[in-house]
Amino acid sequence: MKNLLMKLSSSTRRALAVLGSILREIFDESAYARFLERRQLTTSPAAYAEFLAESRQHRERRPRCC
Amino acid sequence: MSKPARVVVWMAVAIGGAFSVATIALHRGEEISAMWLVVAAVCSYAIGYRFYSKFIAARVLSLDALRATPAERLENGRDFVRTNKWVVFGHHFAAIAGPGPLVGPVLAAQFGYLPGTLWILAGAVFGGCVQDFVILLFSVRRDGKSLTEMAKSEIGRLGGFVAYVAVISIVVILLGVCALIVVNALKASPWGTFTIAMTIPIALLMGIYLRRLRPGKVLETSVLGFLLVLLAIYGGSWASNTPSVGKYFTLTAPTLAVLLIIYGFAASAMPVWLLLAPRDYLSTFVKLGTIAMLALGIVAVRPTLHMPALTRFIDGTGPVFAGNLFPFAFVTIACGAISGFHSLIASGTTPKLISRETETRMVGYGAMACESMVAIMAVIAACVLQPGTYFAINSPAGVVGQLPEAATATISSWGFPVSAADMHSLAQAVGEQTLFNRTGGAPAFAVGMANIFSHSIGGQALMAIWYHFAIMFEALFILTVLDAGTRVGRFMIQDALGHVWKPLGRTSWYPSILVNSALIVGAWGYFLWQGVKDPLGGINSLWPLFGISNQLLATVALCVATTIIIKMGRARYAAVTLTPLAWLVAVTFSASYYKIFDPNPRIGFLAHARQLVAAPTAVGTARLIFNDRLDAAVTGVLIIMVAMILIESSADWIRILVGRKWPEVREAPFVPTRFAPEEQA
Repeated sequence: MKNLLMKLSSSTRRALAVLGSILREIFDESAYARFLERRQLTTSPAAYAEFLAESRQHRERRPRCC
Repeated sequence: MSKPARVVVWMAVAIGGAFSVATIALHRGEEISAMWLVVAAVCSYAIGYRFYSKFIAARVLSLDALRATPAERLENGRDFVRTNKWVVFGHHFAAIAGPGPLVGPVLAAQFGYLPGTLWILAGAVFGGCVQDFVILLFSVRRDGKSLTEMAKSEIGRLGGFVAYVAVISIVVILLGVCALIVVNALKASPWGTFTIAMTIPIALLMGIYLRRLRPGKVLETSVLGFLLVLLAIYGGSWASNTPSVGKYFTLTAPTLAVLLIIYGFAASAMPVWLLLAPRDYLSTFVKLGTIAMLALGIVAVRPTLHMPALTRFIDGTGPVFAGNLFPFAFVTIACGAISGFHSLIASGTTPKLISRETETRMVGYGAMACESMVAIMAVIAACVLQPGTYFAINSPAGVVGQLPEAATATISSWGFPVSAADMHSLAQAVGEQTLFNRTGGAPAFAVGMANIFSHSIGGQALMAIWYHFAIMFEALFILTVLDAGTRVGRFMIQDALGHVWKPLGRTSWYPSILVNSALIVGAWGYFLWQGVKDPLGGINSLWPLFGISNQLLATVALCVATTIIIKMGRARYAAVTLTPLAWLVAVTFSASYYKIFDPNPRIGFLAHARQLVAAPTAVGTARLIFNDRLDAAVTGVLIIMVAMILIESSADWIRILVGRKWPEVREAPFVPTRFAPEEQA
C-alpha cells in the first residue's frame, strides 16, 4: 500500500511537472528562458523588451485557428 | 501489462464504444444522458488512436525514430527547438482549438444531437486526425515547410497558387464570421460589452506588469489578469443595472460592427503590442481553463439531453440555417471533425518543435482527437437546452418573427413548446434584456454552458455570472483570432503585392502597412457588414460559406498528402487520405452547388437575389442583391480553383501509377539523429 501511494505521488509530481512545462511553453516563458541563455543575459525589463522585439515578427505571422 | 490483459482492455473499450454509439443512434422519443456521448467519443478516439493511427504510422508513413527532425538539424533556439512531446502536444492543441468547434456543433444541433455527434466522431477519426497527422509528418520531413510551399513543390505552381487563394479566402471569411458572432453575442448586452471593454485596460495593466515589474512571468501575469476579468464580469452586473452607465454599453449591431472594424485595423496597423500580447496570453489562459472546466462540469453534472436525436429540420427547412442534412451538417461542423485550417498550424510552428518523427502521431492525431472532444462538449452544451429555448435563441427574426409572442408561437407550432414568459425568465436569469434572435451560436452555447456550470457551482444564483463568463470567454478569444488573423492576412497580402510592386511587400514601410491593413480589414469588414444587415441574421449565408472554404482547404491538404503518399510508393494505402478526400469533395462541391443554384431563396444565393429583384424595391435591396451575387461568385471561384487542383493532382497520380512519371519525393535528405532513443526529449 505504501509502495502504491509512493508510486502515485511520484506519478502525480511527474504529471504536474509536465503540465508546468506545457504551460511555460504555451505562454512563452520557455522561449524567454532560451533567449536569455542564448544571449547570456539575466532577466530585466530591457532583456524582456529585446525578447519581445525579436519574437514579435515570428509571433505576428502565427495564425490562430478557427 | 501482459498481452492477454491488453486484449481484454481493448475489447472492453471497443464494446463500450459500440454500445454507447448504439445507444445514441437507436434511442428515439426519450431523453438520454450526455454521458453516452462522452463515453462514445472517448472510446472512439482511443480505438482510432491505438489502432488506426498506429497502422498509418507503421504501414503508410513508416515513421522513423532514428531520422533527425528539423528541430534537431536546424536548431536555432528560436523557431527550431527540440521540445518534449507533451509540451508540443499542449502547444499544438492550444493553437488548433478555436471558436469553430464550439460554434459549428451548436448551429448543427438544429438537426438534433445525432447527426452532429456521428459526423464529429467519424470525421475526426478518419478525416481530421489523419489530415493533421500526415501534414505534420510531411512538413517535418521537409524542414517545416508550410502547406502552400508543399502544394507548390509537390503538385506544381497551380497547387501553390490555389492553396494561397484558399488560405486568404478562408482567413477573410473566417474573420467576417467571427466578428459577426461577437456582434450577435454583445448587441444590446451592456453586461457583456462592459466586460469585454474592461479587458482593454486589464490587458494594458498586464502589459505594464509584464514588462516593468515581472519581466517574462507570463503565467503569473495571466493569473492576475484572469482574476481582474472575473472582477470585470461581476462589475458588468453593476453596469447593466445602472442606467447612467449601462446606456454607454448598450450598443446596436451596426455600432458594434464599426467598433470591431476599427479595432481590427488598429490591431493590424498600429503599434499596440502592449495591448495585444497580454490579451493573447489572457485569452489562451481563459480558453484552456474554460475547456477544462467544461469537461469537468459535464462529467460532474452528467446532464440530460433535451434535444431529440433527429429533428424535423433534417428536411432542409431549419430556422438556424437552411439546407438538407447532406451536405449542410457536414460543412457546418468543420472544426471538430475536419478543418483545413489545422493544416496551416500542422505545417507552421509545430513541425519545428518535434524531437522525433514518431511523436507526430501523438501530436497530430492526438491533439485533433482532443479538439474533436471539445466539439462533442459543444453538442452537449447546445442539446441540454430545451429545444424550444434553443430555437428561440438561434432563429433570426426574419424566420420566426420580430415579437416574442410571434416567435414563440412559430417555434411551438414546430413541436418545440416555448413561451414568451419562459424566455423572459431565462433572459432575466442570465442578466440579459432578451435572448430572442441571438443568432451565431455563441449565446446558445453560453446559456448551455451556464446551465451546466450552475448545476455544479452556485445554482441559479450564479446563472448570470456563468453566462457572462461564457460570453466573455467566447468574445475574448474570438477577438484574439480577429486581431491575429488580420495581421496574418495583412502579411499574406503584402507578400503577394510585393511581387507586383516591391515597396508594397516591405513589412516595415508604414504606407504599405496602412494600405494592406485597409485591404484585409475592408475585405472581412464587408462580410461582417453584410451579415449585420442581413434580415436572415447573416449566419445563414456566411457560416456555410466559411465551412465550405475551410473544407476546401482540407481538400487541398488531402490532395497534397495523397500525392506524397503515392510518390512514396505507398499507393496501396492511398485510401487513408483518398477516402476523406472523396467525402470532402462530395460534401463541398454539392454544398457549393446548392448555395449557388438552389431554387429555394433561403438556400441559393442566386435564387435569393432573384426573389429580391422581383420584390418591390426597398431601401438597401440593391446592396442585398449585390451581396448574394458576390457570395455566389466567391463560392464559384473557390470551387473552380479546387476542381483545378484536383484534376492536376489526379493526372499526376495516374501518370505516376502507369509509369509515365518518375515519383520524385522532395524530402529533406535523411540524416541520422545524434540522440539515442532513450535520450530523446
